[in-house]
Amino acid sequence: MSEKDIIVSFSEVQKSYDGVSLVVKNLNLDIQRGEFLTMLGPSGSGKTTCLMMLAGFESATHGEIYLNGRPINNVPPHKRGIGMVFQNYALFPHMTVAENLAFPLQVRKMSKAEQEQKVKRALEMVELGAFGNRRPAQLSGGQQQRVAVARALVFEPELVLMDEPLGALDKQLREQMQFEIKHIHENLGVSVVYVTHDQSEALTMSDRIAVFNDGIIQQLSGPDDLYEDPQNSFVAQFIGENNKLEGKVTHVNGSLCDVELDDGTRLKADKVNVNAVGDRTTLSLRPERIEFEPQGLENIVKGKVEELIYLGDHIRVRMDVAGNREFVVKVRNRGQKRDLAVGQMVDIGWAADDCKALDFVQ
Amino acid sequence: MTDTTANGGPVLTTQDGTPLKVSLARALRREKMRSLVLIAPLLIFILVSFLLPIADMLFRSVENRIVADTLPKTVAALSAWNASSGELPDENVYAALHDDLLIAVDEKSHTRLGSRLNYELSGMSSLFRKTGRRVDRMDEGNYKEQFIKVDKDWGKVETWLFLKRYSPKYTPGYFLNAVDAEYGIEGIKMKPEDERIYLYLFWRTMFLSMVITGSCLLLGYPIAFLLANLPLRYSNLLMILVLLPFWTSLLVRTSAWKVLLQQQGVINDTLVWLGLVSNTDRIVMINNQTGTIIAMTHILLPFMILPLYSVMRTISPSYMRAARSLGATDWTAFWRVYFPQTIPGIGAGAILVFILSIGYYITPELVGGTDGIFISNRIAYHISSSLNWGLAAALGVILLSLVLLLFYVYDKIVGIDNVKLG
Repeated sequence: MSEKDIIVSFSEVQKSYDGVSLVVKNLNLDIQRGEFLTMLGPSGSGKTTCLMMLAGFESATHGEIYLNGRPINNVPPHKRGIGMVFQNYALFPHMTVAENLAFPLQVRKMSKAEQEQKVKRALEMVELGAFGNRRPAQLSGGQQQRVAVARALVFEPELVLMDEPLGALDKQLREQMQFEIKHIHENLGVSVVYVTHDQSEALTMSDRIAVFNDGIIQQLSGPDDLYEDPQNSFVAQFIGENNKLEGKVTHVNGSLCDVELDDGTRLKADKVNVNAVGDRTTLSLRPERIEFEPQGLENIVKGKVEELIYLGDHIRVRMDVAGNREFVVKVRNRGQKRDLAVGQMVDIGWAADDCKALDFVQ
Repeated sequence: MTDTTANGGPVLTTQDGTPLKVSLARALRREKMRSLVLIAPLLIFILVSFLLPIADMLFRSVENRIVADTLPKTVAALSAWNASSGELPDENVYAALHDDLLIAVDEKSHTRLGSRLNYELSGMSSLFRKTGRRVDRMDEGNYKEQFIKVDKDWGKVETWLFLKRYSPKYTPGYFLNAVDAEYGIEGIKMKPEDERIYLYLFWRTMFLSMVITGSCLLLGYPIAFLLANLPLRYSNLLMILVLLPFWTSLLVRTSAWKVLLQQQGVINDTLVWLGLVSNTDRIVMINNQTGTIIAMTHILLPFMILPLYSVMRTISPSYMRAARSLGATDWTAFWRVYFPQTIPGIGAGAILVFILSIGYYITPELVGGTDGIFISNRIAYHISSSLNWGLAAALGVILLSLVLLLFYVYDKIVGIDNVKLG
């Protein structure tokens, strides 16, 4: 990729609020033009701070942020030309929807006719053409959300920041809005930096996801890679459901390794984040990759069924496997009755590639 | 059920057929009675010690029983007299006056009547005193001549017109006085230019209150903004500083301003020491309007800051951020986005400060001098010095109505329940 395709670049950015601890530790991140990049992480991981530094509401303690190749540390927020959607929308309550949308155009001293035309087009984009004269308080949460998106886009910024914009909506509306925002992004081609702590939101919408924890990007990759190939235990735990097994590396063989669990079970695993024989490791295993007919698979172990939970499209089986009583297996509901019973000992198995040997965390 | 509600549906009933509203009211009555009993002591105390005396006091603004009580026969006889004829009343009115005055002199109530009537027409007090001294020496019969001999005012139609006008039990006289008018011989008219005082005082009270409200807003707005936006540990300290004056006596604060503002006071001394003001013409900052404005602005400032603060606290900082991210400068963001949202707070604070200052008494009394006093000081003067309680009551009623009117306007615009003091 060429330099021109990079719209935002964080270079060795650090941020501290109290001069004692770092909230953002040495952040290096390039954001592609037209990309939908999500900063995902638990609260306090530094993702919102990064967004605020990019918007200009916080200043970097160290390092430089570039927008279109230009350093912006000393550019005030209103000169950055970045659209932003806030957590609680921040629609101006004393203005109508149309006035809200016209605000960024007015401060840019556009002509009345041009303002009206752009406001109209933006309202139509979010399917709220008839709501221009309403006050924000007269709209539902989803409608307010759309107005907020339209307002951030109406002045045609190249880059739009979204700070947990869907957090206040209920689940169904949130899923609908995810698609709408995604479609607007695809249609307009703007770059979006999206902050959320909701992993399913991140997986649904993003081109790339930066997983934050403890002020550091733990992994930066596409949604599928993030789920299929987590680079460390934090990412594996944070994205999707995950079974943990702890053990020690006994043999390394190319990209695979042998691991001996604490109860003596021997398993083959994909060597991702371990270095040498003797290292402690956490094995990460997705619940849907585990089979009850394990013939021909590299790893086969015995487990005891502890609990069966019927969930319609699948059945969750909680098992005791190698001393881990929280071991979960997801079985697709194919219609035929499965003769699993609580207390039963069964063989389960999985491929070595589906079992990731990651760094050990206590 | 044939009964229907307004929207046409049947009236809801309980299982035994009583309307739901009736049984609900019955169920709630017990609770209402209980809460009434709880507040009864305070309610009775306020009623007896506060509301009733005030009502009685305000009633004096129209009450005028003294004429009919002191001169009952005269008032009765006068009712037959045709005032517009331009002739003096006949002999039996003078005879009635003689009878009444004999009793009044015995009870020494004629001087009280004289001073009461003197409020409306000067000379009445001396007329009654003079007549009172002579009345028991009058001979039987031909009273008309004898009265006119005592004082030729008794021979003037105007005196009797006046007496007839003030013989009813209720009078608009005090209220007319309170707005610089008089119910004189020729009917209701404004007093001569040089005797008008109350309208100007009302106007000055309003004007100074507006100036004080304005300066409170100017000084209070930035402080309220800081309070609402500083980190908690600083804003708590600032809040204590704002509330500190509440814990200090009003008199102490006012006296402190006397020390600061007087010509030999701290501020003038400092200015002289700095060479900004020469020792011979020190600035006069007290016992005038300046003193009243400065001291009252200081005293009423918290009442502006607290409503402003409570409104500002609810305005999320993300509005300003949103405005700036949309391209507004700091000033545009403040003026177009933040300021309009603080208008309810400005309304609340301004009306609160205005209402408080319009009725303020102690501070203008102490630092106001002659041209910095308020209408309330004049009311106090009539209560304690001139003893014209009727006029004081009338002024009080006008002031009270003005404040109630403001409260009403305030309730319409802002809503009383929006007032939050911190």
